[in-house]
Amino acid sequence: MPSPLEGNALFRGIYCWLAANKGNALQCPPDGPAFKDGWLPLGWEWLAYTIAALAIVMLVVNAFMVLATIYTYVERRLLGRFQSRLGPNRAGPFGLLQPIADAIKLLAKEDLVPAGADRWVFNLAPVVMVVPVILVLAVLPFGRHSFVADVNIGILYVVAVTSISTLAMFMAGFSSGNRYAMFGGMRAVAQLISYEIPVVLSIVGVLLLAGSLSLVSIVEAQRIPYILLQPLGFFVFMAGSSAEMNRSPFDLVEAESEIVSGYHTEYSGMKFGVFQLAEFGAVLTTSGIMATLFLKGWEGPVLPSHLWFLIKVFLFAFLFIWVRATLPRLRLDQVMAFAWKFLLPLSLINIFITAIEVLALDTTKLANLWLMAGINMAVAVLGIAAFSRFVRLGGKPRDITIEIPMASEAR
Amino acid sequence: MYGLGILNGFLVTMKNFIKKPVTIQYPEERNPQHPRFRGEEFVWYEDRCTACASCAKYCPLGIIKIVTHPSGGKLPEGDAYAIDVFDIDIGRCMFCGLCVEACPYDALFMGSGFEESKYKRADLVIHADRLRAAEKHPSTWFRPQLEGRGYDPQSDAPVPWKEAGRESWPHHLPQRPGEPGADGADAPSSPAGH
Ligand code: SF4
Ligand code: SF4
Repeated sequence: MPSPLEGNALFRGIYCWLAANKGNALQCPPDGPAFKDGWLPLGWEWLAYTIAALAIVMLVVNAFMVLATIYTYVERRLLGRFQSRLGPNRAGPFGLLQPIADAIKLLAKEDLVPAGADRWVFNLAPVVMVVPVILVLAVLPFGRHSFVADVNIGILYVVAVTSISTLAMFMAGFSSGNRYAMFGGMRAVAQLISYEIPVVLSIVGVLLLAGSLSLVSIVEAQRIPYILLQPLGFFVFMAGSSAEMNRSPFDLVEAESEIVSGYHTEYSGMKFGVFQLAEFGAVLTTSGIMATLFLKGWEGPVLPSHLWFLIKVFLFAFLFIWVRATLPRLRLDQVMAFAWKFLLPLSLINIFITAIEVLALDTTKLANLWLMAGINMAVAVLGIAAFSRFVRLGGKPRDITIEIPMASEAR
Repeated sequence: MYGLGILNGFLVTMKNFIKKPVTIQYPEERNPQHPRFRGEEFVWYEDRCTACASCAKYCPLGIIKIVTHPSGGKLPEGDAYAIDVFDIDIGRCMFCGLCVEACPYDALFMGSGFEESKYKRADLVIHADRLRAAEKHPSTWFRPQLEGRGYDPQSDAPVPWKEAGRESWPHHLPQRPGEPGADGADAPSSPAGH
């Protein structure tokens, strides 16, 4: 059974428990305790396969949802601390029950659909928003031998799937029948398409080094963390993906002070909750991808691999929260200029340098890797410094003359 | 060099992250109140009050109601009046303190309480009985000379000055002492002026 699920330890366990037979294609280990005759007779492997796959999907999706709700609490607490206040601490001990209180509140709220809304699209948008976040989990390796699927084009899949959320935002903004929501949707499209390019290009450096698109192989290829070898790529990826998630310096899509709350202005109740969950979940998945690409994924000493992965995810999530707490929102033209004039050239420089290094140096030698790390660090610092010195983000204010027709002329 | 400002900003937020938050958990923790805080209640010393009704006269809103009767004792200086009704409707009070300023006998002060939310408008009227029974924590607003008597708000370790400044009522109690309904009895109906 040639399946991407095969390398998954849990999947094999469940499958073998159900359908271990000598004639199995999946080759259950003959010496383990699992190798008694399974529960299902020969010829019913497809059922075992389905059950095992569903079990894993259930486990992963639910664990992720729980983690995302916990993350909402963590983010609000940490954000509070960054602003020298406490954050939510009233519901339960240390406010730990706050996510539950939020969920109850959202469920109890009236679920409004505006009269001018396009009902179908309006209701569909939250689903389209949350699905790509969950789909990313399909290829994310959570630990040694634990992933839903080791797809050989893993990172390409991630890039493709995450860009669906742009569509969801535009659907939400377009269908609400609200100008602010429409603005939010338009901004989402403009911003997210612009930032997709530097993000994808920043990954290319990693791919050049790892020589594979599969996330599992990328983790296994990292002899020293790629954050050292690809500091520029990491910077571009971090900035670009925080723009893709609409997080703080780039949260124009839902800029409260400008357009109420952007594309989800008209949403209430659990639909709004789903949007929030998708946004917070996106932070976790993006942190997971960053941990996989740049920080050796699950690998680490002493502690179990899943714990290492979680630690790294929360490390990057912390970084995102820190950025959110620190940087003020940019203007729309500055955001666009940042993508096209700043991140895009930097990511191209990164690819160029990395490609030359991969060609010129023997990357199997550890000493050469450290040499590359040194060169790339210097390039990163110099590049960022030079670009921030010479690239002008956003134009000067211009005088705009608007001709208002006289009442007599207007007729 | 550009970009250093951003790094500096990250440092600032990290400093905030590490230090103790400034939040005060209000119902459990309280900021010390300044003695000149003009609270939402009044402190009235009946033995000093002559029922001259200056306070009622000077109140711009006319919300102090005083009803007296002659005590009958023919004193050489004049009659001392007994007080039947002394109602202050703090539901309409703007806490200007003019009544306190007007009192010639230092008998009326602003208080220092501020947790005065009530379910009924009528409960916002402070009656003479409540004024009599209430703990006396006069605000020193308009009477800053009170602060001279054994209390120095500027010093680091303030001497506990029983008579001024601090709210001592534990907010957890359902009713403050002297308030209508404190003894399980119903609040008296038909407050003055209604
Ligand atoms: S504080 Fe002002 S408004 Fe209130 S009772 Fe005194 S004089 Fe009237
Ligand atoms: S002004 Fe002072 S003395 Fe006169 S009635 Fe009012 S509280 Fe009493």
